[in-house]
Amino acid sequence: MIVNEQIAIEHGLKSEEYKKICQLLKRTPNITELGIFSAMWNEHCSYKSSRLHLKKLPTKGKKVIQGPGENAGIIDIEDNDAIVFKIESHNHPSFIEPYQGAATGVGGIMRDVFTMGARPIANLNSIHFGSPQHKKTKNLLRGVVHGIGGYGNCMGVPTIAGQTSFDSSYNGNILVNAMTLGLVKKNKIFYSKAAGLNKPVIYVGSKTGRDGIHGASMASASFDEKIEEKKPTVQVGDPFTEKLLLEACLELMAGDSIIAIQDMGAAGLTSSSIEMASKGNLGIEIDLNKVPCRETKMTPYEIMLSESQERMLIVLENGKEEIAKKIFDKWNLDFAVIGKTTNSKNIELFFNQEQVAKIPVNILVENSPMYDRKWKKSKLPKKNKIKNEVLNKFKIKDVLKKILSNQNICSKEWIWQQYDHTVMGDTIQKPGGDSGVVRVHGTNKAVAASVDSSAVYCWAHPLTGGKQVVAESWRNLISVGATPIAITNCLNFGSPEKEENMGEFVECVQGIGEASKYLNFPVVSGNVSFYNQTKEVGIKPTPSIGGVGLIKDYTKMISMDLKEVDNLVLIIGKTEGHIDQSLFARTILDEKNGPPPEVNLFNEKNNGESILNLIDKGYVKSAHDISLGGLLVAISKMCIKGNKGIKISKPKSLINEIEYFFAEDQGRYLIEINKEDLKEVTKILDKNSVHHEEFGIISKNDMIINEKTKLTIDELKSYYTNWLSKYMS
Amino acid sequence: MKSSVITFPGSNCDRDMDVALKKFGFNNKMVWHDDNELPKSDLVVLPGGFSYGDYLRCGSMASKSRIMQSVIDFAKSGGLIMGICNGFQILVETGLVPGVLLRNKYLEFICKNVFVKLDNKENAYFKNINKDILEFHIAHNEGNYFCTKDQLKEIEDNNQIAIYYCNSEGKIQDQYNPNGSIKNIAGIFNKKKNVLGMMPHPERMIDQSLSGEDGSIFFKNLINNIK
Repeated sequence: MIVNEQIAIEHGLKSEEYKKICQLLKRTPNITELGIFSAMWNEHCSYKSSRLHLKKLPTKGKKVIQGPGENAGIIDIEDNDAIVFKIESHNHPSFIEPYQGAATGVGGIMRDVFTMGARPIANLNSIHFGSPQHKKTKNLLRGVVHGIGGYGNCMGVPTIAGQTSFDSSYNGNILVNAMTLGLVKKNKIFYSKAAGLNKPVIYVGSKTGRDGIHGASMASASFDEKIEEKKPTVQVGDPFTEKLLLEACLELMAGDSIIAIQDMGAAGLTSSSIEMASKGNLGIEIDLNKVPCRETKMTPYEIMLSESQERMLIVLENGKEEIAKKIFDKWNLDFAVIGKTTNSKNIELFFNQEQVAKIPVNILVENSPMYDRKWKKSKLPKKNKIKNEVLNKFKIKDVLKKILSNQNICSKEWIWQQYDHTVMGDTIQKPGGDSGVVRVHGTNKAVAASVDSSAVYCWAHPLTGGKQVVAESWRNLISVGATPIAITNCLNFGSPEKEENMGEFVECVQGIGEASKYLNFPVVSGNVSFYNQTKEVGIKPTPSIGGVGLIKDYTKMISMDLKEVDNLVLIIGKTEGHIDQSLFARTILDEKNGPPPEVNLFNEKNNGESILNLIDKGYVKSAHDISLGGLLVAISKMCIKGNKGIKISKPKSLINEIEYFFAEDQGRYLIEINKEDLKEVTKILDKNSVHHEEFGIISKNDMIINEKTKLTIDELKSYYTNWLSKYMS
Repeated sequence: MKSSVITFPGSNCDRDMDVALKKFGFNNKMVWHDDNELPKSDLVVLPGGFSYGDYLRCGSMASKSRIMQSVIDFAKSGGLIMGICNGFQILVETGLVPGVLLRNKYLEFICKNVFVKLDNKENAYFKNINKDILEFHIAHNEGNYFCTKDQLKEIEDNNQIAIYYCNSEGKIQDQYNPNGSIKNIAGIFNKKKNVLGMMPHPERMIDQSLSGEDGSIFFKNLINNIK
């Protein structure tokens, strides 16, 4: 086939990109080469619209061992232990084929982590669906949950936390973001940088098939009515093979045979081989006849672009082939020497003794397009003035009932009960808390992780929204007693070619950057998913932030369940009554406009650090951050989990009762303390200038608000727990 | 006391079981499925997981692994063999314990704490346990125990039912049955009571910080019974 501009455009390349290819190569590429360019230069692999802005994120810190640019980020958790972690999207495939799309998303992120030598110890996910009334939502949710569970459960890695939301902006584009944490010894980390000449290049894992060809290109385009035709671009996962691959790789990594290792994820053999060569400033030569294939008569083009799962590429030390082969034979996995490193700085492919491609590696990587896309700045919306007469119409009990059973608040137990969250025997905080927590096996340490996003805030004002998500992640870690260390981000947006969407991206990234810099909470890994739109309708901007923190002594971990009758509950942080963009405003008042709550980074840092100080001194019995839904939702969850009641009285401040209880002001927590400790706790908080007030006293059975509203714990439970299982049955 | 845990391709609770057995005093060895011989053992454990990816039928391929002949011989000679979750599925496939394990009634994987009632303490596993109800943890997709009427009669006549799903007070009723098992059966013995298959994972309940501590009661008692 002779390549021309038309064919290049069918591959998702732009006309000027094709011209640039011809110019750089000084000739017309053949079809295999064109395929390679299209795979490397699509949005998903090249970050061409986002690179310019991602550079501004803070990525360094005392605890950062590896920032963005490798398979995953790595942080130091002391004693020669390190945590490898990353979040990644699998949105487009999950919408086309929810089970396989979600499953391979989980498989892919776990491979990214164990490629670096780490054993995965925890999975998390952030999943977003269309309106519950939309005809596709139920099946998509079921399929995605089954897919995540099907893969993670089989791998024997606990799924310890997650986030689920419903919003009509996801009707045509669901989001599936999967995150994995792995544990590695600091001196046994593996990287993808090839080194040395004439080193054998090894292919291990599953055989290559025709599945997933152009998966990355599909993920770099918008959907239209023909999306069903794209099913063949979705990969098919086999968690059993991945489990074998994990064990085999870790066994080989225990020795000294590996120079570099890279998993074959998006764009398969193409991106993995080019990545390794590029980082090592080397060339690579591959004989495609040696690649183990599942199907007959596969062409070089198909072999290079297949996204078959559960495969790895390894550069070995000379003479270690036999040792490596023995391990992969033991685990019944394919093993083939398919090429070698060279000093040509080209990627050279051979098939049936003929050269079928020859491209300088730097053209593919360094010369890949980078765009400074036009973007539109957004204004902070004007505050709504909601009159007291309007608010006073509502009865607290009715509002609380509605909000607790709202799809974005209610218990997600139906989902996480389908994930094995206890395998590996180290899960000390299960899903449903502020963060999931796993012990570092065999030590007194534990690692906490949470994943958050607030699309509504980001939609209302991207800059504030970006800051808020990072702050919420920080609070969720603090609430379990963990010192926040670093984050990974998954940036889900609409089309970068639309100024509004690009503006949302730029400003969210700016917000994320500001907050992570201020909180010393650097970004160590992540991924960007653009084109989350069907025809012209894009999703609300949805950056997902995965935060990781360390608990040095796991017996000091905090959970949100109320512990003891007669203990006091304090509010940390000031309640100003910001009701715009709150769940109350959007669902009860049906008011969709207005600014999101302001994020004061000084207060976030100060409040969080003060709580950690109180936890360290042993004063905090339970804690929970106040986020979506506000104060009463937060305390309801603490009551439900602890099976205790509470007597609450609103302090005599100026704001309205409804505003007080349902506002979503930031930087706030609820903490439970012993009465006798009040004086000491107050002293510490005052000394640090932390705003605090007494909120209530824990009782046996009922929630009593201002002596007039009474709800039993069973009532609260029934509002909170039933919605999702009813919806799905 | 010596124990052996067998690792099949796809086993994923083998390490957890190793940790639990060692914690309560067993001298445990990990045994590879492709080995010919079991090491000398007082207890052999088939751990949970997804041996052979649950392909064909859960446990069926693992039941044909090379080591299994030696395991079957050990059972016949009266040796103690415990199959947990996927291990139970493997035991069923070898025929060492009767019945089959079907997909959960509600077609979903379930991971949660459950209560089980002990039915028979005349055996090495539960003898001397001073509780009748234990809180255990389940995590499975195919734990729906089924057998024919004739088999059930035989099992009941021989007192082969080891544990039933129940509530915290020991009530054995439909609403406490997480997976649709016949008669709420969570675990059964062979006729001689030296082979035990059960869906719950006691190895996940061995620490105050985990899901609970009733697994500790189980293991402490087990090693004392074997001594």
